[in-house]
Amino acid sequence: MSIKAEHINYLYGEGTAFEQYALKDVSFEIRDGQFIGLIGHTGSGKSTLIQHLNGLLKASSGKIYYNGEDIYQDNYDRKSLRSKVGLVFQYPEHQLFEIDVFSDVCFGPKNQGFSKEEVESRAREALMQVRLEERFWHQSPFELSGGQKRRVAIAGVLAMRPEVLILDEPTAGLDPRGRDEILEEIAVLHRERGMSIILVSHSMEDIARYADRILVMNHGEKVFDAPPKEVFRHDKELEQIGLAAPQVTYVARRLREQGIPMPEDITTVEEAKKAILVLFDRRGKKSMSNDSRKAGDKI
Amino acid sequence: MIREITLGQYYPVDSVLHRMDPRTKLFGTMVFIVSLFLADSLAAYGIVTVFLATAVVLSRVPFGFMVRGLKAMIFLLLISVSFNLFLTPGTEIFRFGFLKITWEGIRLAGFMALRLIYLVIGSSVMTLTTTPNQLTDGLEKGLRLLKKVGVPVHEVSMMMSIALRFIPILVEETDKIMKAQMARGADFESGNLIQKARNMVPLLVPLFISAFRRATDLAMAMEARCYHGGEGRTKMKPLRYERRDGMAYLVYLLYLGAVIGMRYFHVAAGMMPKIA
Amino acid sequence: MAMGIIKASKLVFDYIRQDEDDHIEEVNRAIDGVDVDIREGDFVAILGHNGSGKSTFAKQINGILLPTEGVVWVSGMKTSDDSHIWDIRKTAGMVFQNPDNQIIGNVVEEDVGFGPENLGVPTDEIWRRVDESLAAVGMTAYRLKSPNKLSGGQKQRVAIAGVMAMKPKCIILDEPTAMLDPNGRKEVIRTIHELNKKEGITILLITHYMEEVIDADRVIVMDDGHLVMDGTPREIFSQVRRLKEYRLDVPQVTELAYELKQEGVEIPEGILSIEELVEALISLLGDDAGGQKENVD
Repeated sequence: MSIKAEHINYLYGEGTAFEQYALKDVSFEIRDGQFIGLIGHTGSGKSTLIQHLNGLLKASSGKIYYNGEDIYQDNYDRKSLRSKVGLVFQYPEHQLFEIDVFSDVCFGPKNQGFSKEEVESRAREALMQVRLEERFWHQSPFELSGGQKRRVAIAGVLAMRPEVLILDEPTAGLDPRGRDEILEEIAVLHRERGMSIILVSHSMEDIARYADRILVMNHGEKVFDAPPKEVFRHDKELEQIGLAAPQVTYVARRLREQGIPMPEDITTVEEAKKAILVLFDRRGKKSMSNDSRKAGDKI
Repeated sequence: MIREITLGQYYPVDSVLHRMDPRTKLFGTMVFIVSLFLADSLAAYGIVTVFLATAVVLSRVPFGFMVRGLKAMIFLLLISVSFNLFLTPGTEIFRFGFLKITWEGIRLAGFMALRLIYLVIGSSVMTLTTTPNQLTDGLEKGLRLLKKVGVPVHEVSMMMSIALRFIPILVEETDKIMKAQMARGADFESGNLIQKARNMVPLLVPLFISAFRRATDLAMAMEARCYHGGEGRTKMKPLRYERRDGMAYLVYLLYLGAVIGMRYFHVAAGMMPKIA
Repeated sequence: MAMGIIKASKLVFDYIRQDEDDHIEEVNRAIDGVDVDIREGDFVAILGHNGSGKSTFAKQINGILLPTEGVVWVSGMKTSDDSHIWDIRKTAGMVFQNPDNQIIGNVVEEDVGFGPENLGVPTDEIWRRVDESLAAVGMTAYRLKSPNKLSGGQKQRVAIAGVMAMKPKCIILDEPTAMLDPNGRKEVIRTIHELNKKEGITILLITHYMEEVIDADRVIVMDDGHLVMDGTPREIFSQVRRLKEYRLDVPQVTELAYELKQEGVEIPEGILSIEELVEALISLLGDDAGGQKENVD
């Protein structure tokens, strides 16, 4: 699996006075099994971009290749592309419509034309992947809690067995626990199923925790494309475009500015903790008596 | 971008007509439509034309913009013109098979076309110079009399104004749901009529649910802001007649009088036969 | 003792689901015996996961929902007393989560005028209030715009202005930032802090974004319909484990400080900001080994 975008431009209101670039000369390649964080403030073009990757929007110019095949070719099967590149929209629970959870999840594979047995086995698998308990399967989706609804909606896309899963702010509006559960499920899909993930998020903390590569969009252009540690080193530039690095990255930088030798690539709480504990150990300043063994184990 | 759709077709310039009270414009449009059906001679149409031309000039909206509304009408126009042209009995001038063109047919078709064109231009003068908000305000106040006979005028106009606010939101939402379902393999294009209708279910159900959710939310928000119907409500922008509105009503009166007068004048003088 | 601007006593609220014949099918206790007293002028944050009862509590305050048991007073008026309902709603204005579903007007300034219109305020006074309210939330430049053309944060500021125009003493915001991006969230939080400081408006902010509550005067945590924690942000955030039990989260720096403390580092409790953590760490690490204990900054 690979997605390759070459010089994608997308214009709104082409040919009118309101003509405006939503995407401007965007190129990148996503290889098998990557976990990509896509960030950018509202209106930066990230939602437009992901809709190009499964062929819902067509670029004004530029090419997109899926597994080396040009998706804009006349004979290319764009409908099946949509099942290979699963796209979970923002607030996906707003698309639920069936009388029960299970039928709703069946919608995707049914459209793919599979037999009833196959459709149902895919639906079951998908509902298990999002860890929705079986007792909810035959309830109306509208009676579930917000977090459960969202998981049903994600299962609705997973049931098509996509090779790539794109999620547009899958945690928006959820409480912290609901957010962590969804993110953990996505991480499992990536880790255990080898699915490629593109996660659109506003939370730098989440992105830093899960992504191995970050694409940053601003005004329709790709401004960064690198591993998190590298991208978050540019916290000044990120701030200029209305973004920021995770809090701990700032802590590490301030400490460094004060002459404390912190590593430059701290992006998660775990990493910060380890680095700080190393400093304390080195200086023997930590007044820890019985805790020392425990701390030593963790480092 | 769907968000850019504007309802109605307000053309933002400053003119006497733009500043005029919406009630005056609503009433004027009514007078104009009535006059179109009263006018029955070339001379009367002359008066109608002068009236309309004055309004167009006063509105300061480019004429090209106004006739744009006609494009959508062209088919209807052609049908009604050809019906009148070919099917009116009378003195034959030209014959092609069973189709014949009569002197009366030409007259009738001509007036019919003129009437339709004037009707469209006349009502666009109003919609181009009045924002949808002003229009609902004008309706609420202009139809105040109906409240006496139990028509919920305030409620209806509140509904219209809320609809104006939410239509663009729902249009955008439709687009979003459609895309979300297409991402799950939904097909909104192919199939016969019944299949197509069935394929709309995944779009319509979420859309209705969303509309209901928005409606409940909005009702709660309105209540929280002390909305309790039209009773005891004041207006931030109350409609107030100015001198120009008085003048306009005077013009309407003279105009209508003239058009009606022309009818009697012609009938009495027997100069021209009635046309419709 | 004098009563605060909002007071709830033994408040209980049940959501009742009935079948077609009005038989009670299910009773859901959303609020279960809450006692709380909010002081005028305070900035109070209410935390809790989805379903903890915090939104239901908010709706109790301005009389959208009425107590099943117990009493809620707003400025000394009982919410269950019908004759005060409009006074209560204008005293304790409310801002909701979805910015689109609470703006009624087709033009920003007309929306702000909606509340005063309903209250029967004379036209001149409406204009004065609209001007002031738009200025207070920094939206004067957008007064003639259609709400559909605004960003989420701007829409919420318009909604806040709409409440301000009713001259409230208190504003309750029910997850006003849940649907916004980080910039929109900052915009809204900054705005309500300003209203709190400059206009002395009591603020009740319901949220589950922890970084939004660190500047509050008081934080209340709700869980399962109960009020389970109540204190200053520092007091609340020093109990990281307990917060996690209530399905809540803490800012990264708070968590880092807590983790370090667990490992035996002598760091003060309830660290809330980057600056605090950096200072604390510098005073522990910064002076070179064997140097003076006092850190002179």
